[in-house]
Amino acid sequence: MSTERLIDGWELVVGLEVHVELATKTKLFSASANRFGDEPNTNIDPVTLGLPGALPVLNRHAVELAMRLGLALNCRVQPCTFHRKNYFYPDLPKAYQISQYDQPLNVDGWLMLPGEVRIGIERAHLEEDTGKSTHAGGAEGRIQGSDYSLIDFNRAGVPLVEIVSRPDIRTSEQAKQYVSELRSILLAVGASDAKMEEGSMRCDVNVSVHKPGTPFGTRCEIKNVNSIRSVGRAIEYEARRQIDLISSGGVVKQQTLHWDDASGRTNVLRTKEDADDYRYFLEPDLVPLVPDVAWVERIRAALPPLPAARRLALSKLTGAAIESEAVAVVVERGQDDYINAVATVGGDASRALVYVQQAFADEPSTPRVPAGDLAALSLLEKNAKVTATQAKTLLAELVANGGGDVLAMAKAKGFEAMDSGALESLVDQAIAADPDAWAKYKAGEHKAMGALVGAVMKLSTGKADGKAVTALLQTKASS
Amino acid sequence: MTARRTALDIAESVKTGALSATAVLEENLSAIAARESEVHAFNLVTAERARARAARIDADVKAGKSVGRLAGVTVALKDNMCTRGVETTCSSKILAGWKPPYDATVVRRLEEEGAVIVGKTNLDEFAMGSSTENSAFGPTRNPLDTTRVPGGSSGGSAAAVAAGFSTVSLGSDTGGSIRQPAALCGLVGVKPTYGMVSRQGLIAFGSSLDQIGPFATTVADAALLMEVIAGHDPLDSTSLPRAAPDLSAVLAQGVEGMRIGRITDMPEGSSPDVLARLDTAFDALRKAGATVVDVQIPSMSYGLTAYYLVAPAEASSNLARFDGVRYGLRVDAKDLNSMYATTRSAGFGDEVKRRIMLGTYALSAGYYDAYYGKALKVRRLIADDFAKAYQDCDVILTPTSPTVAFKFGDKTSNPLAMYLCDVFTIPTNLAGHAAMSVPFGTGEAGLPVGVQVLAPALGEATMFRVAAELERAV
Amino acid sequence: MPEQISRETVAKVARLARLHLDEAEIDRMTDQLAGMLDHFRDVDALDLTTVEPLNQPIPLSNVLRDDVEAPSLDHDEVLGVAPATQDGRFRVPPIIGFEE
Repeated sequence: MSTERLIDGWELVVGLEVHVELATKTKLFSASANRFGDEPNTNIDPVTLGLPGALPVLNRHAVELAMRLGLALNCRVQPCTFHRKNYFYPDLPKAYQISQYDQPLNVDGWLMLPGEVRIGIERAHLEEDTGKSTHAGGAEGRIQGSDYSLIDFNRAGVPLVEIVSRPDIRTSEQAKQYVSELRSILLAVGASDAKMEEGSMRCDVNVSVHKPGTPFGTRCEIKNVNSIRSVGRAIEYEARRQIDLISSGGVVKQQTLHWDDASGRTNVLRTKEDADDYRYFLEPDLVPLVPDVAWVERIRAALPPLPAARRLALSKLTGAAIESEAVAVVVERGQDDYINAVATVGGDASRALVYVQQAFADEPSTPRVPAGDLAALSLLEKNAKVTATQAKTLLAELVANGGGDVLAMAKAKGFEAMDSGALESLVDQAIAADPDAWAKYKAGEHKAMGALVGAVMKLSTGKADGKAVTALLQTKASS
Repeated sequence: MTARRTALDIAESVKTGALSATAVLEENLSAIAARESEVHAFNLVTAERARARAARIDADVKAGKSVGRLAGVTVALKDNMCTRGVETTCSSKILAGWKPPYDATVVRRLEEEGAVIVGKTNLDEFAMGSSTENSAFGPTRNPLDTTRVPGGSSGGSAAAVAAGFSTVSLGSDTGGSIRQPAALCGLVGVKPTYGMVSRQGLIAFGSSLDQIGPFATTVADAALLMEVIAGHDPLDSTSLPRAAPDLSAVLAQGVEGMRIGRITDMPEGSSPDVLARLDTAFDALRKAGATVVDVQIPSMSYGLTAYYLVAPAEASSNLARFDGVRYGLRVDAKDLNSMYATTRSAGFGDEVKRRIMLGTYALSAGYYDAYYGKALKVRRLIADDFAKAYQDCDVILTPTSPTVAFKFGDKTSNPLAMYLCDVFTIPTNLAGHAAMSVPFGTGEAGLPVGVQVLAPALGEATMFRVAAELERAV
Repeated sequence: MPEQISRETVAKVARLARLHLDEAEIDRMTDQLAGMLDHFRDVDALDLTTVEPLNQPIPLSNVLRDDVEAPSLDHDEVLGVAPATQDGRFRVPPIIGFEE
């Protein structure tokens, strides 16, 4: 059902709100460290804690990362302001979140999915993250029934960009592709480490269903969808729930739902009627941000090639299909430049792509194995100096050692190619040892070839290349 | 008042070793010992810290080290400015006992120039009031007549200087909270252009209105204080990107050729003694070579209305952080929401609650456009009217307060009557302009009357020239 | 201009502001707020249709700081003044009636 456009005649309409933490050194409005995993409440300053008298000052790097992301998403970067969103919650130190409201930084962009499916981006705005609550006692870890909660403010004030898509997504597969592509773009422009498992990328999903040609249905917002797989599951669950509800005469209510990954269900958090009144107003402690043309163009000019363009280039270089997994995976890991480097020093790009996809999953975007070493390996295999199996062994050793002299390694393993003279003498020995088989083979009984090749391999203790042996036997038979 | 040492005299004499910082401080501490129980200017007197500081300055002088432009000058700080390790309460139960882990920018600048901080002064809770009667820790009395209020909300800072507890002091002014108590206590009080003095470490009331400024006994001392505390601060995004203005140098320049505005459509309600002093002030400036020109500010009377929505709206958000989670008071309760409500209800006084309620309402869905949005438009009208008036004049003179210091309880039962105290001072905050109050003789019951000099944004130099001329004319 | 503020609205605003007001306080607050809002009707005499709101008195823009880390406040000093802490964190009563 995930790629079907219609489910029992119903069309799915999905929009995503994705929060990403920006990869800055410090917080959005203060010089306190933006670092994941530190001891609780050790990255705190007066601004982070909302101490009386503390004032926010905007982080230039956060702004530039947000602009980079906006431009990568084809947004218009515009003059913008900050508002206070007022609500009480213990992980929100000032009891207001500084966010962007009616004048966000980035607007009107789009992102292209495979198959030229264009998803509109309504806005991508800057805001500050909250602290983290841990619920203790009662049902451990759950808010309901807990005895108390503990708050760590290290994350409070970390810069976020909230990317709001238009409701252009029509299948759960597209939603997954959207998140995956967005993640690739974030990594490519260096805006975020986009680790969904650490919460530096978080998805809220808006789902509704309608009959094609009729107005959109009432939507529900699903929170806490924290992996690409869950995005797909949550949408499919929710679509089915809404369709079943409507089909049985029910009405979808505008609700905020919580995705429970363990049970694979959504639960109601609240209905819209009791939505809080956030009392947005312009943040008087901050001044407008007005990026001029020169600034925007400077950021645009410094943008690295984006995943779509890189996939195309890698596909051309290696001959692999643009939608192949190898191309997607290698670009996402940012290792496409490395394959380029292997090709530049004369290596075989097509083989390099296979090596990198298979063996470099844990390597950084610039793997430790020198491009020259991988190029040497690809040529050995290409020129049949080593077998595919031998190449795999050598690749594993290269990765384990962070590089090495491939020829020497091959030699040490006895993988060195046999010269044609030595091979011919082994072939002659095999024929002499089994004249019967040789006679059958010459008479056109091709099955007899197997016994001879096997014998040569045995004599060579596995070093001979099967293909070369066959070729040699054929030459001898026809001469 | 007997002739007092000014900050200028003290800094000069301490620097040369002719006078010790310790002697200056001990004089203040004696005055505090004699009268503080009656006046209640302070929430906290930091005598031991001050003694250590004064001793250090004296030692530095002896050692030939440079000691700064305020060497040995004693300063009282309104208790809404953060002082590292020293209780800062905003005269509220919700912050009682709170010791900030950082210093406000103004505190750092004062200490870098050799000032000695003697204590934290009383205020209307969170600076909301015009009489210092709204303090959770009891009212401050006017040292000139202890049956009367010192004004507010910086009443403690005004009383401290008027009573000789400190040489000078700092207050904060959101709608007149420096100028009105300065007038009622016979002092010079300055509300600088918005953004001239850093707000970092000032506990916010109305963020787009608040400014820190000095109280002093002379215009020259106020100028000196401004030169120390003003100037760009990278920790305040609304801080103007410019250095502190040079004000001491202009004080002797006189007002020859200056155009002094008189508002012909001024809000009514000022008492005759105050208006008489204002007329005398115009005469004095005319005599000194200025011309008086008539100007109109048709929107002036709406200032009060706009202010009493803009300031509470900002305050309702600024004061939401007092939630019993990270610092300050907590009244325990069975669940989080009850804890919030019981803590905030126990911690805030009536006036603060009233303004939080008004501000929350004005910002809430369905009412924003009708109240907060409209108030911001009125704010624009007022700024526009002043801009127009300043095409015809350099400064404008008004009373600072419609009356001299009033008696305790006179206005506490009626919030609107209390708010009217600020009718002349509020427009300056709405427009972000500069203004100061200069003592100009006495009115009813021999109590001081203040004349307010209004100037456009960044008009401090002109404003101080006029203030100095008025001071010479008294 | 909206109609006069009601007792129910005052009670709702108090909840929004996390202030606990008893019945008598709500009555008193309703009267006082009504009085102050009534005063605001003066403004109806002004034509504000073409007037732009003034949020900040002095226009500035693009005030930015460099992304340079400064030391954190001292963990113990900060937690030492907190009403309740546990395991290096701020402790609060159970959260009921909130979303996760």
